Amino acid sequence: MRTITYRDALREAIREEMRSDERVYILGEDIAGYGGTYAVTKGLFEEFGEKRVKDTPLAEEIIIGTAIGSALGGLRPIAELMTMNFSLLASDLLVNSAAKFRYMFGGQPRIPMVVRMPAGGGAQRGAQHSQFFESWYAHIPGLKLVMPATPYDAKGMLKAAIRDDDPVLFIEHELLYSVKGEVPDEDVEYTVPLDRGEIKREGRDVTLVTFSRMVHICQQAAEELAKDGVEAEVLDLRSIRPIDLDLVLDSVRKTNRVVIAEEGWKYYGTGQGIAALIYEHAFDYLDAPVGHVTGKDVPMPYAKSLEKAALPSYADVIAAVKAIVPARTLAAGAR
Amino acid sequence: MQTVVMPKMGDTMEEGKILAWRKKVGDPVARGDSLAEIETDKVNIEAESFAEGVLRKILVPEGESAAVGAPIALVGAPDEALPDDGTVSPSAQPAQAPAQPGEPVPTAVGAAYQPAQERAGANGASSAIPAPTTETAGRLFISPIARRIAQEHHLDIARISGTGPSGRIIKDDVEALLAGQQAPTVAPTIPPIAPPVAPTPTQPTVPAAPAPATPAAAEGEEVEAVPLSAMRKTIARRLQQSMQTAPHFYLTISIDTTKLAELRATINEYAEALPEPVKVSMNDLIVKGVALALARMPQVNVSFDGERLLFKKRINVGIAVALEQGLIVPVIRDADRRGALDLARESRRLVEAARGGTLKPEEFQGGTFTVSNLGMFEIESFTAVINSPESAILAVGAIQPTPVVVEGQVVVRDRMKVTLSVDHRALDGATGARFLQELKRLLESPMGLLV
Repeated sequence: MRTITYRDALREAIREEMRSDERVYILGEDIAGYGGTYAVTKGLFEEFGEKRVKDTPLAEEIIIGTAIGSALGGLRPIAELMTMNFSLLASDLLVNSAAKFRYMFGGQPRIPMVVRMPAGGGAQRGAQHSQFFESWYAHIPGLKLVMPATPYDAKGMLKAAIRDDDPVLFIEHELLYSVKGEVPDEDVEYTVPLDRGEIKREGRDVTLVTFSRMVHICQQAAEELAKDGVEAEVLDLRSIRPIDLDLVLDSVRKTNRVVIAEEGWKYYGTGQGIAALIYEHAFDYLDAPVGHVTGKDVPMPYAKSLEKAALPSYADVIAAVKAIVPARTLAAGAR
Repeated sequence: MQTVVMPKMGDTMEEGKILAWRKKVGDPVARGDSLAEIETDKVNIEAESFAEGVLRKILVPEGESAAVGAPIALVGAPDEALPDDGTVSPSAQPAQAPAQPGEPVPTAVGAAYQPAQERAGANGASSAIPAPTTETAGRLFISPIARRIAQEHHLDIARISGTGPSGRIIKDDVEALLAGQQAPTVAPTIPPIAPPVAPTPTQPTVPAAPAPATPAAAEGEEVEAVPLSAMRKTIARRLQQSMQTAPHFYLTISIDTTKLAELRATINEYAEALPEPVKVSMNDLIVKGVALALARMPQVNVSFDGERLLFKKRINVGIAVALEQGLIVPVIRDADRRGALDLARESRRLVEAARGGTLKPEEFQGGTFTVSNLGMFEIESFTAVINSPESAILAVGAIQPTPVVVEGQVVVRDRMKVTLSVDHRALDGATGARFLQELKRLLESPMGLLV
């Protein structure tokens, strides 16, 4: 095992897959000579050349349209969008073409495409560039959507996504690129399935269902809660669609309490969808209403202090947990 | 003008009698006001108004009855003209009875999306979604898992005090109660549930223990105080609960066991020579008979859960086993589907495991009926306490040579008395009696146990 960054893990996944399968190519804005806005594709142009590392115009419809077309023609494109915010420009292609062709044409065409894009806030990018739209796309049958939180999962899931024969939206986070974590040595081949979550920390008192950067915040909160005698289980969904519902329900049946923690907005989002599934399938196992920690219901402020206030913090997670764990558990921990 | 109709206040209600009008003609009426006291076939109840305005006309005077849905009064504006025939049809609004206990009570959650909340945003046109309001008055709050556990243990949730938000009863509270220590200062982690030992049918025949309230001074000199074992605690709790919540009645019948004994001898003669010999006891055959009787009368294989009867699809017969430290009831699953030898082997295995303390939880849970046999102690007959949530238990006495009259002649036959304790909430006397008749028929013509 080595310790590398999330950014390096992504690059390794792309490089390894490009080396082993020459149908794999990458395209996006400034990904070639410049190495990508977040330096994920740095060095790939030098190794693979302009035929397989394509700079595109600043036009998301062209990027996604090209990716879909070339995938239909037999290639395996990895499209990079500078941020998820810009994916809205290409959303018709994602929703009405990528997600539907296999279904509409009798299973004949497959679209083995990966769309990589960072989402989320925290870097003062302002209201238009700090958004989470995963729930918009997770709503669509025909799309797979993953949001790994660690370098290990990022590498393993990106490799699995590239090998998958259907479109996968691979959602990163600007503040995750420099996060470090253990990843097997380069000669150790592994992938992480696109439909399995993972318990990142075991606990008996409450389940924190989370994904992407909030996984780290929840782990931090869980350490803090342990000092008060509350053992929180941190469940990293990793995949939003398909969701690993069995993992969630098994954990809920064990702890009887849930807090869903996500960075995006509250209403009609991913967390509410998960909460509804929990109420539907595990109602009789709940000991408290499902708690929900989210970003504030406002466009992301630009000012640093306000942005911080708008994002969910580990203190928010702790407060949400303490609101639903039994008083006795807390009292016992305080002794 | 709105018509107030006779409300339906129970599934069986067809008509109601107006005992008293709470409003006079001309009185203002608000939603939720009590309009009248109504007598149904079961209870007297206040009928609340769904309509708002002034009581304009009473259509059914005090002391008279009206069918459910029939108009009983008119409510409208003070100056509104009364219809000629005294009724209004299309906009008929039923009066609303106060919710019965256990029925869902509407709360004000729906109001959460009304635009009356304080609006955020500088431009006065915010799209912010207001936080919902909740109504808490007059309702018992209990979490789903807590309700489930309470139901499984037949706890009266009204008696549990909740420590969750808004006094909600949470899992912790129920578990604390089950662990017998609901004080708020309970130890940090409460063990899941006290071992679910089944009750003892011998309990009622045992003289009551000395009053627990022995003065402290006497302790040590005349009394040795021994703390309760977990098993004793469970036995005490569950039997007390069964006796207090399930109204018991008892039915006794005499059964001629002559043929049963012959059959047993024949079976054992055969089973002795098997590669794996096994001995079938009279009790095994009685259990087999009980299982077949239950299969023929599934209405006895039930649990009463407060609002419903739960018909158990499997027939799992528990056998009470006395232990030094108490007793336990291992369960023979699917007893109706087992042959006599298989049943005997399973019962032997369970009894040995029970005595060795190696029973697994699934081996003493899930019973649907219990058999308790004190025949070996020469007890002629006794009554047993029902092993809740089951609805009946059979207490088996000793087999004794008894003079009986057969075709005008007094002859001596082997007979035993069995007594069925029945939970009257779930079963009535005739059902219990028919069950015993069926059992008697099966045991007196025991070939039916085999074929």
